[in-house]
Amino acid sequence: MPNPKRRHSQKRTATRRAHDALKGRSLSECPNCHERKLPHRACPKCGYYKGREVLDIKEAS
Amino acid sequence: MRHKVAGYKLGRTTSHRRSFFRNAVTSLIMEERIETTVPKAKALRPVAEKMITLGKQGDLAARRQAASYLMTKESVVKLFDTIGPRFGDRQGGYLRIVRSGWRKGDGAEKAFIELLGSEQVQEEKKQKRAEARAKRAAETKKAMEEAEAQQQAAKASEGGESKDE
Ligand SMILES: [Zn+2]
Repeated sequence: MPNPKRRHSQKRTATRRAHDALKGRSLSECPNCHERKLPHRACPKCGYYKGREVLDIKEAS
Repeated sequence: MRHKVAGYKLGRTTSHRRSFFRNAVTSLIMEERIETTVPKAKALRPVAEKMITLGKQGDLAARRQAASYLMTKESVVKLFDTIGPRFGDRQGGYLRIVRSGWRKGDGAEKAFIELLGSEQVQEEKKQKRAEARAKRAAETKKAMEEAEAQQQAAKASEGGESKDE
């Protein structure tokens, strides 16, 4: 069976992983409460979407 | 090429899927808004729109066709008497799907699917829910107060007995 001839250096490993970083989610601003929210979804903070759609959001007591 | 656009299977057998669609469309007509996962909402849309189209036709043949699919007689009546006329001037696009967060148990993305123009019905339902909630809260409070009063009465009588001894 084929096997690696040489051990990889730490640098070689690190160089390969240079492009593996994760990117953050792109967020948009809620036009109602100005929280950052995921685009194309009702705002989890205020329940608004496109100016009126209200989900039942309980006020924190 | 229309490769890979066969639609949604939803992990169900044909008969299970058909049952799901019939139940869901019936509920959608009765409730005007239902909450499901995003793929179910998207799969439901064409089925529901076809039902509403039947409701708009309004003749006996259409009514029988709808009755053979929907689960309850009341839903057929509502489809033909209120929903059909409501969408008379609209060429399709009777439904709205809005993504509304994630389910706690399995992280599935939820969405609600609703009939356009059902805002008033939703408001009324919201009002009803709030009233029910207030009533429940009042009952709980009353029960708690009663329990507390009983406890205090029990304590008082206990104290009396120990003094006698
Ligand atoms: Zn918001």
